[in-house]
Amino acid sequence: MTKEKHNELKKVAYKVRQHIIHMSTDGGCFIGASLSCVDIIVYLYLSFLNINKNNLKSPDRDYLFLSKGHDVPALYGTLAEIGLLQKSRLKNHLKTNDFIYWHPNTNIPGIEFHSGSLGHLLSVAMGVAYDCKLKKQKNKIVVILGDGELNEGSVWEAFLVAASLKLDNLIVIVDRNKFQANIETEKLNKLEPLSDKLKSFGWSVRKINGHIFTEIDGLFSQLSVHSGKPMFIIADTIRGKGLPSIEERADRWFVNFTKEEVESLLHELKTREMSKLTSETLMVR
Amino acid sequence: MNYEEILEKLVKNNERIMVMTAENRAAIRNLPGKIGGRFIDTGITEMTLIGMASGLALRGRIPVAHALASFLTMRAFEFARTDVGIANLPVKLVGGFSGILSDGNGPTHQAIEDVSIMRGIPNMKVFCPADEDDMLICLEKVLLSESPYYIRYNNRKPEYKHSEDFEEGKAEIIEIGKDINILTYGALFNEAYNAYKRLKESGYNAGLINMRTLKPIDENIIVDSLTNCRLTVSIEDHFLKGGLYSIIAETALKHNVMGKVIPFAFDEKWFKPALLNDVLVHEKLTPEAISERIINEYFKIKKNNGK
Repeated sequence: MTKEKHNELKKVAYKVRQHIIHMSTDGGCFIGASLSCVDIIVYLYLSFLNINKNNLKSPDRDYLFLSKGHDVPALYGTLAEIGLLQKSRLKNHLKTNDFIYWHPNTNIPGIEFHSGSLGHLLSVAMGVAYDCKLKKQKNKIVVILGDGELNEGSVWEAFLVAASLKLDNLIVIVDRNKFQANIETEKLNKLEPLSDKLKSFGWSVRKINGHIFTEIDGLFSQLSVHSGKPMFIIADTIRGKGLPSIEERADRWFVNFTKEEVESLLHELKTREMSKLTSETLMVR
Repeated sequence: MNYEEILEKLVKNNERIMVMTAENRAAIRNLPGKIGGRFIDTGITEMTLIGMASGLALRGRIPVAHALASFLTMRAFEFARTDVGIANLPVKLVGGFSGILSDGNGPTHQAIEDVSIMRGIPNMKVFCPADEDDMLICLEKVLLSESPYYIRYNNRKPEYKHSEDFEEGKAEIIEIGKDINILTYGALFNEAYNAYKRLKESGYNAGLINMRTLKPIDENIIVDSLTNCRLTVSIEDHFLKGGLYSIIAETALKHNVMGKVIPFAFDEKWFKPALLNDVLVHEKLTPEAISERIINEYFKIKKNNGK
């Protein structure tokens, strides 16, 4: 990866994190899970996926499906930075005059399918992947799953089927931030050894640090799709990445901050100086 | 042409049609070898079946997805609602062995709430053919519709020659009665038909209506029956709540009409699992039992009206 590209990725990821912080007030958002997948989403749109303003309806475009829909602020922010979504619309977060709410929907240019209920978009993406293969097209179909989402049985059903159908144009990325809503994943339903599980299901498995662009690029620029097996990428991430006062805190997964706290968090993003936060996590689930 | 021959023809003439199953091949046994990659068996995975069907529809396909009615509509209900329904995709969900057609399987397989829950999904239409002929007459139009559809697969042998004219939301009117009108759909059509014939033989001015689509519903025929006929009868292999009887009540309220209605349905109970003919006898759904109960009810009305 060139130095220029690396700097661009870092700059865009920083701006997306700012957008997420701005969306964490006036109703709030799922800030922790959004911050953990920012770097992956930014990388995919800027360096991997063939998705742009001019090919959104083209059958040859690549597809991204955000299955763990509650991290959609990261996607809104990225779509705004790459020009698919007007930046001014981000101010409409949770307003009735727009469609910028807590879960993805297709009124947003670039969002392929709605999600919010966990465990759906892997199978939806498989339908798309199957059709692309049947038509001998070379599109890449990427699905982002949450690690908490791996509790859902429908995901494991789909893992089984995708391998049997040899959907090797399908790339699943797990945002492995090691938390689900209120608790660490390993303290509830143990997922580890996760890569062994997927290998035994017949998937190709890779592991990366989901915040280091050179490492992400090292994998994706060399990725051999069309190998007969679907690809499962475990992206090791940190929930709340970029804000030390939120990072890896079980109680900071959905927060509605005050305006002052937002200012303080924007400062924290720049300096890593811890903010003094008093707003409590809302238990919406 | 039988069911799978029609599907094969549609697949060959229309590149949008895909045939899918969650390893329920009863109706499509011979298709896999004939249509190549246009046939997908996901295994016993109703959720993945419907999710994948939605993805195929996103790419412009019209997937016709088969599974046992109770698992298709209930185990995977949220996939039908959330993926097919919200996105309003032209996925066709074909439920096999619904209602009394599950005969000896027992309550786990008795989809007798399927109409109720599927019609509750915005955009989802519901087609319940009376028998194999009725299903085949209407099939092509239903499958080529741009709407999501739930289809109650019904391969019972026909005893009546159905009208070739099919339009969704339009019932097939066999006859409109002045004394008694039977409104029915699905697998109990033959019993309803023979009960209707018995009523006529006994001198009643009786009618019979095959609803065909439960959503959209033919409101006119319901209003007409409630308004102009002394006794309306609903016959369905479905729970009393949520099916045709409920639809009649909803329609009556909407149009502010009233009429006497006698339901044949399963009221807060599963039916006795057995071979189909024995189920009908046990549940008092033979033509004899149906016509006898209708005549008794009709007498009560006449007696009350006479007072």
